[in-house]
Amino acid sequence: MAEKIFINAINEALVEEMRRDESVFIMGEDIKRSVYGATMGLLDEFGEKRVLDTPLSENAFFGAAVGAAAVGMRPVVETLTSFMWVAMDQLVSQAAKMRYMFGGQVNLPVVYRATMYYGGGSAAHHSDRSYPMFMNMPGLKIVAPSSPADMKGLMKTAIRDDDVVIMFEDGTLFGSRGEVPDNEDLPNGELLIPFGQANTLREGTDATIVAIAGSVPHAVAAADELAAEGVSVEVIDPRTLVPLDKASILASVEKTGRLVIADPAHKVCSAASEIASIVAEEGFWSLQAPIVKVASEQVHIPYSPALEKLVYPTKEKILAAVRSTLA
Amino acid sequence: MAMDKDLLMLMLRRMWLIRHFETTVIDIYSKGEFGGAAHPYIGEEAVAVGACTAMKDTDYIAGNHRSHGHPLAKGGDPKRAMAELLGRVDGYCKGKGGSMHLADFSVGILGESGILGSSVPVATGAALAAKIKGENFISAVFFGDGASNQGACHESMNLASVWKLPIIFICENNQYAVTTSYRDTVSVEHVSDRASAYNMPGVLVDGQDVVAMHEAVSVAIERARAGEGPSLVEGLTYRYEEHSLGLGRVRRGEYRSEDEIAEWRKRDPILIHEKRLVEQGIASQDECDALSADVAREVEEALEFARNSPFPEPEALFEDMFANPIPQP
Repeated sequence: MAEKIFINAINEALVEEMRRDESVFIMGEDIKRSVYGATMGLLDEFGEKRVLDTPLSENAFFGAAVGAAAVGMRPVVETLTSFMWVAMDQLVSQAAKMRYMFGGQVNLPVVYRATMYYGGGSAAHHSDRSYPMFMNMPGLKIVAPSSPADMKGLMKTAIRDDDVVIMFEDGTLFGSRGEVPDNEDLPNGELLIPFGQANTLREGTDATIVAIAGSVPHAVAAADELAAEGVSVEVIDPRTLVPLDKASILASVEKTGRLVIADPAHKVCSAASEIASIVAEEGFWSLQAPIVKVASEQVHIPYSPALEKLVYPTKEKILAAVRSTLA
Repeated sequence: MAMDKDLLMLMLRRMWLIRHFETTVIDIYSKGEFGGAAHPYIGEEAVAVGACTAMKDTDYIAGNHRSHGHPLAKGGDPKRAMAELLGRVDGYCKGKGGSMHLADFSVGILGESGILGSSVPVATGAALAAKIKGENFISAVFFGDGASNQGACHESMNLASVWKLPIIFICENNQYAVTTSYRDTVSVEHVSDRASAYNMPGVLVDGQDVVAMHEAVSVAIERARAGEGPSLVEGLTYRYEEHSLGLGRVRRGEYRSEDEIAEWRKRDPILIHEKRLVEQGIASQDECDALSADVAREVEEALEFARNSPFPEPEALFEDMFANPIPQP
């Protein structure tokens, strides 16, 4: 077991999968020189044919990934969430709908790696946390890892999956560190984490926090602070939003009776909204207090740090929310 | 280009197949046998048939909303095409796609897109795969004069040219996007003029002449297979029917005249081809008529097959979403 940086875990997953399978290739903007850090060394090892710098043409290369996948390749596309808007037609009309619309005649093993840069003064055009909008669209698998180990294991699973997967990579976590198991210590010699299995980061009996992506460290910090006060809080990271491990969430709420959901996305129709709705429908009789969502305010991301810091879930907001359920 | 009789007769057969198929579609649609939208390809048959008969089975094509003709031109089974239109389990897409997604992947179709211009990047991706794999197949995409204005089209042409991808961009310019003339929306005289901006050959072809289309696309394919990159081939053609069944008869006088339609019908692609076959002594008119009658029977059988195919069971609603299925939420 070694401690690794989040962005290096992405790189490890890409390198391992590209070595393993020649049909895996990666394209995106400025990836040869690894401007964003995840594609370091790929060009040297895999060459120009499998590491492609694209023109600024998201519609063309998001769609080209679909076409390449349809004829047997396994494309990985690097992008930022904020550039996905430019390619929405290809993501929705082709990537998401194609398999079903054509009666399952084709598999589309495409991974879109969409980085969410927020919290660093990037303002409204470069701070999108857009996974809930894609959760609403059938046909896409949605992954939002919060630790280097999850990042690596889920990325490898995504690349091997025969369906379209969007990896929402949380930029606020890129410099974070965490233990990643060494391959030689793993039973099958590699780290693969299945979709649809939540991770319980803290076990507890008084309240449940379901936290997503960059909110997970804040939730864990809140739980640890509450533990010092004698309040036992369970922290669950769903890791994949589609499919969602609702059984783990419902089982936890059955145990604790209280639910707070921390979600960096905008609060209206967020992942938190969907989880709250599931628990209200299927776990209502377990609840001893109203569900509380701690999600981003329903405003655009302002530039000034004085304002931006007010938008997202924080440890303090999560603490206040948990306390409100216990009052 | 010297063409043997088999190829010339195959062209005629496939054009008649599309013509009879579409005539039958219009007939059964008007009787309420299926619903939604359907966009007849009548009048434009030479574009798809000329292009597809220049391809190998291992080559790929992608189509658009007006795409009943493309799978049939590439050798798709008309029985399964008709079953798809009627929403039956034996359709290409098990009844999940319908008229605008009449795709037979078994003959190298990459899909048809109801969103115009949207299949152009997808076809470009198949060509990218050919280049990465080092294989010799090519990809082609059919789009209209209207879709030629989509950003996806322009982005794809630039990308394909920069990467020298083996793809043929085939603009079937039927001159109207629903009711809007391309002369009012395209910045150049011909769509094919745009090729120069993307540093690729652009040719304007008589889209009513199946042999001319075949020859132009053959040249482009040869270039693509040689690794020299993409081409833009524009077939100037004409849509006899209105934009879509189900829209009613758009008051055509307001955007095109009966005289204009009559003039173009004189340049019918099947008439032109049959005339050539007869005049050059390649086939008699009787042979052509017999072929047409034979194909008409094939379409009747397709309709019979489709009518006898069951509708999908309710369980099918949740099938085909994913290769590795996940629980419904």
